[in-house]
Amino acid sequence: MVKWIKLLAHGVVVAVLYVLLFIYEADVIRLCRHGGWYFLFPVGVAFVFSTFHGTFTGLFWDALGVKPKSSK
Amino acid sequence: MDAGALNFIDLSTGNVAFLLFVGFVGGMVSGFIGSGGAFVLTPAMMSMGVPGIVAVASNICHKFPKALVGAIRRHKFGHVDLKVGLVLGVSAELGMLYGANVQQGIKARLGDAGSNLYVSVAFVVVLGIVGSWVMIDAWNLYRRGASAHDEEVTRLARWVHQVRWLGPRFYSEGARAHIPWLITVPIGLATGMLAATIAVGGFVGVPAMHYVLGLPSMMASATELVIAFVMGLGGTIKFGWSGYVDLRLAMIILAGSLFGIQLGAIGTTYVRPYMVKVVMGTIMMTVLVSRAFIVPVYLSELGWIGALDVDTARLLRQVSHWIMVAALVSGAAIVLGALLSGMRRHASEGQVA
Repeated sequence: MVKWIKLLAHGVVVAVLYVLLFIYEADVIRLCRHGGWYFLFPVGVAFVFSTFHGTFTGLFWDALGVKPKSSK
Repeated sequence: MDAGALNFIDLSTGNVAFLLFVGFVGGMVSGFIGSGGAFVLTPAMMSMGVPGIVAVASNICHKFPKALVGAIRRHKFGHVDLKVGLVLGVSAELGMLYGANVQQGIKARLGDAGSNLYVSVAFVVVLGIVGSWVMIDAWNLYRRGASAHDEEVTRLARWVHQVRWLGPRFYSEGARAHIPWLITVPIGLATGMLAATIAVGGFVGVPAMHYVLGLPSMMASATELVIAFVMGLGGTIKFGWSGYVDLRLAMIILAGSLFGIQLGAIGTTYVRPYMVKVVMGTIMMTVLVSRAFIVPVYLSELGWIGALDVDTARLLRQVSHWIMVAALVSGAAIVLGALLSGMRRHASEGQVA
């Protein structure tokens, strides 16, 4: 049960992140094109997305039963 | 810092779906062999009208977080040699900067056709040598029915572990031996140079870690993800500083590729080591054929051979592109097939036990 709640919670966070990315598309493009120290924006956003989306995809495959081979 | 002159394209639903799919397939291959996908993703974005430098920058920006997730995942499986990954990663960063300068020099002297010819010849030569070596080794392992423990350390790697006169050395847990810095750093430089030239540094890095440094092939492919992370982060900072990263494109590819990379990483736990080599060798040889088709087009554009008519040039470009797509798809199909059959076998073994 806990793993399904975790999967759902991460799924919602990922969905919100992607919705925000496209709602604020114009601002995202402006910040990316600015250059200079604004490089921190794409780097930071990529880290945030990968953290939540990476965990979500791991939980997703796990929930589907696609797991690494267990060593005995 | 004049990215204002460049177009960041409007994204259609079709474009988004296409990028998600290519990202997923590329991610699956990356998770399995430690690299791959980049050579299809960049042209795929360019075919949608994305300027070349924005395509490269956005591709690199999706690569470093993807590599980080893959590296963490495979670190949990005990596949990563962090020390080797970081040493190679930092030297690969330097190699990438030097490789980019070489590229710019060729472009300034011979134009786009010269630059494209350089990239294609690099593909053909490197993949011809390394790809054949990997395929022969995979075939030998397959014939012997070797398991992970049977993977032999090459004679070259044994020499590298024993050599004392090459200066300071550090201990590699993956190789279970001391390795001279003077051997490791040039491998990193070559990996970075290749990454700057053909976008897939792992085609040198992974075989070199296995055959020269003596890491097991599973560890070599996983450690390559650490190198890809270090290089990708450096590349993103460089391109981001100039305002070339289209974050929308990068995050869409990331969405697909993170699903793929986890699947590829899980796949490695079910297969014998020769399968990693089979997939890598198959992709290398297919990409080699793809680039060989395009070489006459660039030679003709440079005026180094007779001019090709427009239809022939277009046909050669299309054949080259579709063979490259086939390389990625066939690699992904092998990974998926190996994963499914491995899981079934594991499940039935569990029932018997």
